[in-house]
Amino acid sequence: MNRYSPWKYLLILVLIGLGALFALPNIYGKDPALQISATRSSEVSQLTEFQVSTALEEAKIPYKSIELGLESLVVRFKNEETQLKAQSAIKKSLGLSYVVALNLAPATPDWLTKFGAEPMFLGLDLRGGVHFLMEVDMVAAVSKAEDRYISDMRSKLRENKVRYKTITRNKAGGLLVRFKDDTERDNGQELIEDEFPDLDVTLPKNSGDESQLIAKINEKVLLETQKLALQQNITTLRKRVNELGVAEPVIQQQGLSRIVVQLPGVQDTAKAKNILGATATLEFRLVDEDHAPQDAVDGRVPAGSKLYYERNGQPILLDKEVMLTGDSIIDAASGIDGQSGGPNVTITLDGKGAKRMSHATRDNVGKRLAVVFIENKVETVEKNGELVENKIVVEEVINAAVIREQLGKRFQITGLESTQEARTLSLLLRAGALAAPIYIIEERTVGPSLGQDNIDKGFKSVLIGFVLVLVFMAVYYKVFGLIANVALALNLVLIVALLSILQATLTLPGIAGIVLTVGMAVDANVLIFERIREEVRNGNSPQASIHAGYEKAFSTIADANITTLIAALVLFSFGTGPIKGFAVTLSLGIISSMFTAIMVTRGLVNLLYGGRRLEKLKI
Amino acid sequence: MEMQKTRFDFDFMSKRKIGLIISSLLIIISIISISMEGLTFGIDFTGGTLIEVGYSEAVDLDLIRQSLSNSEFNNAIIQYFGSANDVLIRIPPSEGLNTADISNRTLALLADTGSNIEMRRVEFVGPQVGEELKEDGGLAMIYALMGIFIYVALRFQRRFSIAAIVALVHDVVITVGIFSITHFDFDLTVLAALLAVIGYSLNDTIVVFDRVRENFRKFRDTSPADVFNISLNQTLSRTLVTSLTTLLVLIALFVFGGEIIHSFATALIVGVVIGTYSSIFVASPITLALGITKEDLMPVQKEGDDLDAMP
Repeated sequence: MNRYSPWKYLLILVLIGLGALFALPNIYGKDPALQISATRSSEVSQLTEFQVSTALEEAKIPYKSIELGLESLVVRFKNEETQLKAQSAIKKSLGLSYVVALNLAPATPDWLTKFGAEPMFLGLDLRGGVHFLMEVDMVAAVSKAEDRYISDMRSKLRENKVRYKTITRNKAGGLLVRFKDDTERDNGQELIEDEFPDLDVTLPKNSGDESQLIAKINEKVLLETQKLALQQNITTLRKRVNELGVAEPVIQQQGLSRIVVQLPGVQDTAKAKNILGATATLEFRLVDEDHAPQDAVDGRVPAGSKLYYERNGQPILLDKEVMLTGDSIIDAASGIDGQSGGPNVTITLDGKGAKRMSHATRDNVGKRLAVVFIENKVETVEKNGELVENKIVVEEVINAAVIREQLGKRFQITGLESTQEARTLSLLLRAGALAAPIYIIEERTVGPSLGQDNIDKGFKSVLIGFVLVLVFMAVYYKVFGLIANVALALNLVLIVALLSILQATLTLPGIAGIVLTVGMAVDANVLIFERIREEVRNGNSPQASIHAGYEKAFSTIADANITTLIAALVLFSFGTGPIKGFAVTLSLGIISSMFTAIMVTRGLVNLLYGGRRLEKLKI
Repeated sequence: MEMQKTRFDFDFMSKRKIGLIISSLLIIISIISISMEGLTFGIDFTGGTLIEVGYSEAVDLDLIRQSLSNSEFNNAIIQYFGSANDVLIRIPPSEGLNTADISNRTLALLADTGSNIEMRRVEFVGPQVGEELKEDGGLAMIYALMGIFIYVALRFQRRFSIAAIVALVHDVVITVGIFSITHFDFDLTVLAALLAVIGYSLNDTIVVFDRVRENFRKFRDTSPADVFNISLNQTLSRTLVTSLTTLLVLIALFVFGGEIIHSFATALIVGVVIGTYSSIFVASPITLALGITKEDLMPVQKEGDDLDAMP
């Protein structure tokens, strides 16, 4: 009685062996390292590796190793001091086309990495860093698309000599086109339906005497527009995060209109927020040279123009009509003008934008073209006890340069005062190339020292809780208690191994989940041992008691654990960030404790007592 | 009937009225407190900004209040966090504040309150996110209860299911009530703790129910009340031992886990104690009151069994 077949022991050993193997990487520390990755225009290759190693040797900076990965180059150092020195040396040598980010690379030995074993992935609350949740302003994205349609419809109607009065945004949604009479309206309808398949054209129900049409962007295109807005924002955010130089950033879509940005290890959060948070868009408008800006300041703004201010506070009048928006910009780079030798910014437009630009500048050579930078900020305001988020738009003319010739796909802005100004302008231009504004709606920043604190405290509380339980079990259940303790220790190893294999994020609540699991994992053993004691009290033989104890306790353990698992799964599907971490460790703990508390302890008990005549059980 | 030896022989069921009175009182007090006092929601749910600042030496809170009083942050709540070196500043969402750079400006204002000021943590939650988190949290609670109800109904019987859910709601209401009375911060981690409490308390209840089911099948002539008594006594030492080990680790977490985990650990400690109590004094009496009989728990006779018996 009470004997396990060899294959069961083998299974236990194999599982424990695997667990130990995959948990092992966590005991090796981390090396200060530099992670070098390429921006869009460059590539990490063996040449980069060579450049880096030469740069380091020239600067006489010692390094541990250089590894060329798929997308990045990792250079390890002995300490943080050399890491920082190396960063500036490498930056100087590689230039701006590479991102050189500080990182902590796991010091897992090679033979372990070959198995694919990696240490656990620590959450931001443990390693320090910034977490942003950003919302893409979909209303703005749609209204921008509508603006484009308004301007396109105007020119199409004009080209085809259809007489319309106005095209405006309709209060109930869609665009309202007013015509002179019904004939013009019918012509207009035919034209719009032909030329703009993305618009659903209907006749309004109560238009009165007037001839009107309502053009709505159809549902599918609308959805596509929103998807595009989100995608474009993600791409732009990626680019900006690259500018920040962060190792292992996370930029992810969440839901239909939100983006999660996680920047581990970022210390200068102010800079991160400034670059990520000050979302902006751009508009190109012609300068109205016919009127004096001062008159506009005094309140007489000419029809067809709009009053703006330059960065130095000078008023300037611009055409009401937008010539081009920022989403047509593919690239903006600062450099040196070949002819004058002064700093310049080269702008590249997409095909559509280039056509528009060339069309619009053909007749306007000699006039000035202004770039308007529009920044979006959110303020939370209390109104009648309700919290309302106010969106503030700050518009500013960042540059107004004379058009020297008809412009096309690529053109330059010259006459800038300094290379610094050129660089700022190109950065702003690139930053402005966003389809829709985004706002930070949630931020969680953990300083690096608090992260380490959290690790230390979490580790300490797991350890102390663990030891307390071990002592209690050994005292209360004697030999069986010791067996349960072995199982408990293995359970911890398995949880760590599972977390490492899944690369699930370990957070502080996650550690709390492990602590809780330690407390609850012994429950299975308590159930079994209490059952065995009961059987013994009822006069059963020790062997029969062990057998009955395990048998009878099993369904109880299963029921109890499954219900807890239900709660953990719900927690996982509804939780965000840290809470998810708690659910993950709790679920993994429950599953692995089923194995250790039942199979492993049974194996040990059988090994110890199985097949022998026993007078008494030490329980 | 075979004699059943147990280490304990308490007559829980005859005292179920006392349990009922205690539970009702606790629930009434909790509900009154929740409706009158409300909960001190953390910024996870209210929205706003929370900044934890670390000083290299003990700092006077008045000094910090002074440097913030003349700024737009004069409505900030300032308190120590764990030690006199650590300060927590809460800024409610209010007019004229551009949320994204509140933390930077606050830190700039604090520059003369001490040397080596270190930003340890910043949390900003927009009001609409707070609303969503509240909603999601409530939904999570409801879904968890529903999932558990279905599982218990399938594995046991509907009456057990109802009693288990009543016990869980009982635990949640009282734990939340204690948070309301003590004005502890109620944030996302507390919500997670509540769900863990649901899991734990149910664990306890299931163990008792399991034994009740087994005993109903075993002791055919015993009254339901006695079956519950025997079952509760048989599982009592397990209930106590498991609660004790769980409390041991939770207390370790409370003492050594740091200030940031305090609310979480508190919710779990309270929940474990209440959950242990409720599985004895709430879940079982209710199942009994709902009129559970042994017929409800007899294994279902399969038709195949009868057929086999026939020649």
